[in-house]
Amino acid sequence: MYSNSYVFRYAAIMVILVAAVLSAMAMLLKPAQDKNVAVLKMRSILAAANIEASAENAIELFDKYIVEEDALSPKGDVIGVYRNQKLEKGDLRPFEINLKEELYKQSKGNEYELPLYIADINGKKLYIFPLLGRGLWGQIYGNLALEADFNTVAGSMFGHDKETPGLGAEIQNTEFEVQFIGKKIFDGSGKFTSIKVLKGASKILTPEQLVHGVDAISGGTITSNGVSDMLQSNLTNYLEFIKKQNIN
Amino acid sequence: MEVKEKESFFSAKNRKLITNPLNVDNPITVQVLGICSALAVTAKLKPAFVMAISLVVVTAFSNLIISMIRNGIPPRIRIIVQLTVVATLVILVDQFLKAYVFDVSRQLSVFVGLIITNCILMGRLEAFAMANKPWQSFLDGIGNGLGYSWILLALGFVRELFGSGTLWGFKVMPQAFFEMGYKNNGLIILPPMALILVGIIIWIQRSRTPGLIDKS
Repeated sequence: MYSNSYVFRYAAIMVILVAAVLSAMAMLLKPAQDKNVAVLKMRSILAAANIEASAENAIELFDKYIVEEDALSPKGDVIGVYRNQKLEKGDLRPFEINLKEELYKQSKGNEYELPLYIADINGKKLYIFPLLGRGLWGQIYGNLALEADFNTVAGSMFGHDKETPGLGAEIQNTEFEVQFIGKKIFDGSGKFTSIKVLKGASKILTPEQLVHGVDAISGGTITSNGVSDMLQSNLTNYLEFIKKQNIN
Repeated sequence: MEVKEKESFFSAKNRKLITNPLNVDNPITVQVLGICSALAVTAKLKPAFVMAISLVVVTAFSNLIISMIRNGIPPRIRIIVQLTVVATLVILVDQFLKAYVFDVSRQLSVFVGLIITNCILMGRLEAFAMANKPWQSFLDGIGNGLGYSWILLALGFVRELFGSGTLWGFKVMPQAFFEMGYKNNGLIILPPMALILVGIIIWIQRSRTPGLIDKS
């Protein structure tokens, strides 16, 4: 029979050993993992501009098509610019901005900044807005590309962390994403309407409303609503910026 | 005094430790362990393959480590010790996948983490590694991992070929078939169809080895 003190010593030593091994490995593998995450982010930004990038060519394509990265203040002023691999304004490359942290700062009433990506696809300018929201089980995210009129959607990309496969997870399917192309986020009078994800949108909405609505995922109602809310709340943050652009 | 004969590394008995789980003692079709992941990750061949490799590594090394320290483990906390070892290995595998095969790691998502609760592992640790020498335990782990693997690969092969018309992501179904009206079978991508395929494998296996069928 083992004594209690033996059991305690055994458990303590085991835990310390395991912790040491795990933290050493985590530190060793961190650079490679961080790079993967950055590449994934580039791919999802490019996907919104309808450019299919693989893990291998993502960095190259990103440098080629994303001609400018901006950081925006809550008032819609450009406070950071990254162009031609150089930081021209501000102190942090907008690509490095952690949207989640910024949205948290916003909810606490603190100063925050928002990233914006400008793509040049064969002479055509696209403005790509990153999105972050909540699905059923975890966070959902996406990128929405608007044309230079800051109204018409040129492309979209959605992703999720742990939505149900076959149901909520379908938001990352191309069939769902292509619905957004050509939709508008402002109505005729210039009022912000966002884009609603509704069950049976194509059947119940009038043609005028349909410009601001897409079909939801069947069986994925909460995730679909999450996409709606995500578009509404994230795009609202950019309204000041868009207003300023349209005056110019 | 009895002199213990030194057993060679690949004696017939040791070889059995690897070959038995492939067939008559298969973890999936005979022991019926680890079914859930077998259904979940086999829609495509590549994730099935990565999952299989990951499981072989984890079963082999958790068996080896537990067997090496089996005489010092206080019986009262042995399950906790086993879990700690398994969890450590699984986290290591998960970190490696995240660093080197990121896409696959995203597809496997929760299932790598769920290797921790894969019944094959705890089953083999309790039933074998706690009572056997390290080398035998290591072989047993590899054997059971491989037994699990070939079922996964077989399922992945059939499901990807008929469900998506591809293998390992490459298109193999000739375009001419599609032009003649052939369609990919959507049902086969869904987990229930994987269960039916496992059932078919079990059927074939039992009809070939009648010893597996319960007498009652």
